Amino acid sequence: AMEGGPSARIREGDCAVLKRDEVFKAVSVLRRRKIIFEKQWFYLDNAIGHIYGTTFEVTSGGNLQPKQEVEETTTETKEAGTDNRNIVDDGKSQKLTHDDIKALKDKGIKGQEIVQQLIENSTTFRDKTEFAQDKYIKKKKKKYEAVITIVKPSTRILSTMYYAREPGKINHLRYDTLAQMLTLGNIHAGNKMIVMETCAGLVLGAVMERMGGYGSIIQMYPGGGPVRAATSCFGFPRPFFDNLHEFPLSKVQSLLSGTFTTETLPADPEENALVEEESNGLTEEKQTPLQETEEEPTAEAAMEINPTEEQDAMDMNAEDVEFKENKEKENKENVREKQIKQWERRKKLLEAAALLREKNADGLIVASKFHPTPLLLSLLEFVAPSRPFVVYCQYKEPLLECYTKLRERGGVINLKLSETWLRNYQVLPDRSHPKLTMSGGGGYLLSGITVVLDKGKSDSSNSEALKMEEPSSKRCRLQDLPC
Amino acid sequence: MSFVEYGDTIKDGDTAIVFLGHESMFPVKVQHGTVTQTKYGVIRHSTDLIGKKYGSKVTCSKGGWVFILHPTPELWTMNLPHRTQILYSTDISIITMMLELKPGSVVCESGTGSGSLSHALIRTVAPTGHLYTVEFHQQRAEKAREEFREHGVEHLVTVTNQDVCKNGFGVSNIADAVFLDIPSPWEAIGHAKSALKAEGGRICSFSPCIEQVQRTCLAMEEYGFTEINTLEILLRVYNVRTISLQIPDLGKAAEDNSSTGFDSSSPSHQGSPCANLQQGTVQFKSGVPLREVVGHTGYLTFATKS
Repeated sequence: AMEGGPSARIREGDCAVLKRDEVFKAVSVLRRRKIIFEKQWFYLDNAIGHIYGTTFEVTSGGNLQPKQEVEETTTETKEAGTDNRNIVDDGKSQKLTHDDIKALKDKGIKGQEIVQQLIENSTTFRDKTEFAQDKYIKKKKKKYEAVITIVKPSTRILSTMYYAREPGKINHLRYDTLAQMLTLGNIHAGNKMIVMETCAGLVLGAVMERMGGYGSIIQMYPGGGPVRAATSCFGFPRPFFDNLHEFPLSKVQSLLSGTFTTETLPADPEENALVEEESNGLTEEKQTPLQETEEEPTAEAAMEINPTEEQDAMDMNAEDVEFKENKEKENKENVREKQIKQWERRKKLLEAAALLREKNADGLIVASKFHPTPLLLSLLEFVAPSRPFVVYCQYKEPLLECYTKLRERGGVINLKLSETWLRNYQVLPDRSHPKLTMSGGGGYLLSGITVVLDKGKSDSSNSEALKMEEPSSKRCRLQDLPC
Repeated sequence: MSFVEYGDTIKDGDTAIVFLGHESMFPVKVQHGTVTQTKYGVIRHSTDLIGKKYGSKVTCSKGGWVFILHPTPELWTMNLPHRTQILYSTDISIITMMLELKPGSVVCESGTGSGSLSHALIRTVAPTGHLYTVEFHQQRAEKAREEFREHGVEHLVTVTNQDVCKNGFGVSNIADAVFLDIPSPWEAIGHAKSALKAEGGRICSFSPCIEQVQRTCLAMEEYGFTEINTLEILLRVYNVRTISLQIPDLGKAAEDNSSTGFDSSSPSHQGSPCANLQQGTVQFKSGVPLREVVGHTGYLTFATKS
């Protein structure tokens, strides 16, 4: 953990987040790299070395400059009106034209000064009420005083950013819903977590942040590999990734039924083909990885790499190998690398499988585009009893079905289907009111706690079903219904 | 067991949660030789609890059964003895995320109250962080200390019995975050600022009344806090129910032997494959809102120290 020390400084290579009012954008801090943000373009070079949280101005030339602390114009009793009954919006109250303003900008006049000019050249400004003047100034400042703050990524920042900019990538998981998941799931240092998400790695990153590098995570993934685009934005130190494992969903059934093997990896079909084609000249290289792993329990996996082909290679004519040596040297390197990578992948896969097989995970988090029911029913098998699980779904209906299937399965209690409703407020003297409603857009959660599964009889026996649900005298008995 | 680390089996001295059914549970201090009464009968700690796996089903003397759960701050929040109004997990969740809390964080809190938020904060900052919590009521401060001890987290928290508005949190320039849930938070903003680290610290103030929020926002601005933002969060819970609705009898057109025209088994009907045509009803699964919900707890105001 790297807390409690001096404030973090912006370094080259960092993933930083640009902030202007409520707008965020994640960028890589690289020299001489043109960044476009909020209709401005600039280089981040001058920001390097400054503390995160510093606010900058964009100078002409596209360079950043730390913003000086400015004295707020004192609220002397300026001339102001009482209401807008006589203010006509004819679009002609501002005497400065587009060109005039552009000229000012080109001259390098600071935004602050431009705003002042706009006020002085507005015929209606002094007729506006104080509040309206305030609002006018704020609006002009927002447009002409281009200040950008560079903030350190965190779950708070990134989840807000993704929800505003690319909600489709995170299945419209709103940040307060994510916050609920982390707490309901009791995510904390030392846990052994199973995470299944298709939210660009944002949920994984949030879980990793709350675990602080302690404990372990097994990320389940569909297809060929997990997507961790957002995870890299968090800027976690390397050791955080030591206990991050991954396991393909396509192997879950085999793992549960005990027929799991590493023979068919969900890897590049290209990769496998390459190994087979060029294994002939590689007897020597193959020996090394095998030897290295003899102590490891995964030595089995290494041995599995085509023992028959090894035999063939040895039989091959030594002269032939030497003749082709130069030509194939480069190929060998590439293939050797690929072989080592594949061997490493197999090793990791076995490690992840072993961790899952222990069936003692401390929790399960699911947030994906897939129907939640099959995921829950299978992945819960890997979770210890008396541990929380949380499933996110953009839609409510699949969770209704999930709830029902979980009741049938048994081994879960305290099931709760919920959503959160979030509202932001504008708080100003005499002008406080809710800002905007975001209700209905945050997604839904189904949470619960595992208990020891009674394999003999289903836990949802009559008595438990009645215990678990509120009585309803007019309700048909569930048992009589076909669904 | 501890509130910051999972254990597998129930041990003497643990705080465990006895789960009896829907929304019915209570905490119990596990002790050799003790018995606990439940509506399903007696639970004998020595034979029924100690040594059993958390999550086990325990049959009580009258034949009914319960589940014994490992404690978590969330379960504790739902079951702790109230000495004051408490914060619930919905607010706690957003507070935790917006204050950017994580292992190693140093947090200051006032008032401690019944320790609901405190337990959640301790869980999040463990094992390397710390919670400095200030409570001006002497007995409440003492009760909090006692509970933290019983729950195995006393090394992660310091309880100070004083008035935060007068004397602050007892630390300076080290906190990553400060949380205020007191009647006059604007009086503590200055102290909050000095407790926070030099740059980038986060503050949160919780107040039920908008007038309190207004005064607090003003104070935050005066003390140079930025990114001041007020929000509220509400939890909507749904009960999963199978609902049956009757099909009304709309009669028949003359010389028309077909059904009433509402074909409940048509694919367009709300995704339900199971219509019970015999009794003229249609079934579907629904997430039904609760009749009474918690409306407003308080406004949450966040800001950053620059």
